[in-house]
Amino acid sequence: MVNPNVQGKKYPETAPYLVGREKVREFANAVFSTNPINHDLFAAQAAGYPDLVAPPTFAVLIQERSLPAVLSDPEADIDFSRVVHGDQRFIHKRPIVAGDELTSILEVASVKSLGAHSMITFNTEIFDRNKSLVCTAISTLVVRGE
Amino acid sequence: MTHINIAGLEVGQEIGSHSFHFTRDSLVRYAGASGDFNPIHYRDDFAKSVGLDGVLAHGMLTMGAAVQVAVNWVGDPGKVIDYGVRFTKPVFVDANTGADVLVIGKVGAIDLENNTVRIDLSASSAEVTVLGKAQAVIQL
Repeated sequence: MVNPNVQGKKYPETAPYLVGREKVREFANAVFSTNPINHDLFAAQAAGYPDLVAPPTFAVLIQERSLPAVLSDPEADIDFSRVVHGDQRFIHKRPIVAGDELTSILEVASVKSLGAHSMITFNTEIFDRNKSLVCTAISTLVVRGE
Repeated sequence: MTHINIAGLEVGQEIGSHSFHFTRDSLVRYAGASGDFNPIHYRDDFAKSVGLDGVLAHGMLTMGAAVQVAVNWVGDPGKVIDYGVRFTKPVFVDANTGADVLVIGKVGAIDLENNTVRIDLSASSAEVTVLGKAQAVIQL
């Protein structure tokens, strides 16, 4: 069982992640995006963006960088081999664009029990180099009981 | 601004659909792009050893592909301001035949005050619903 006492616990800010143009294209191809604003600099600029726009789920890369701290936290006591992704949400203040340098802070929003299972929800706030909020990624993991 | 006139939309209206064909190559490509190298997404022996029927697609791949139906409709990925899904069932990807994921987008709600539209996405593979409550809010 996940320790309910970690509810509200915040983990240290992650190291900056520099969003590369080719990474945006690579990710866009992987999620079957054919939209020119993900691939073509001129199309992105014509639409008013400073650089290529990342697909709506790109922020998962930043979220992933925030997860190891909590998954390896002995206090949280999460058995990763029993983890299933329950749900996921991204709330954007603005789109992520190539050239962004992003950091994130993860907070445990809630820990709930459902029979033998635990559900743990993380809010990961993603900031740009001006410390402005870009996106909040909300992820719920289900930890199956023994 | 987009080409879509919010006043012309109706709740329940279909805005587009697409059938995505996932192969093992798609899973390896997504693993590389996302950094999620969990072997349940490319190794049959490993998937079976943890009690799965076979290799399954990353939920995040299904999520990322499904929203493209809404992106194609609005024409701009930067207009998706809020997108969430529940992962209800796995998408099993056969080594030879792959898997098809059918996504249909419909207008779920219209907010004239904020000029936003919620697109509800249904996603199914082999007639099984694989995403629940898949909703993308689009800023028009």
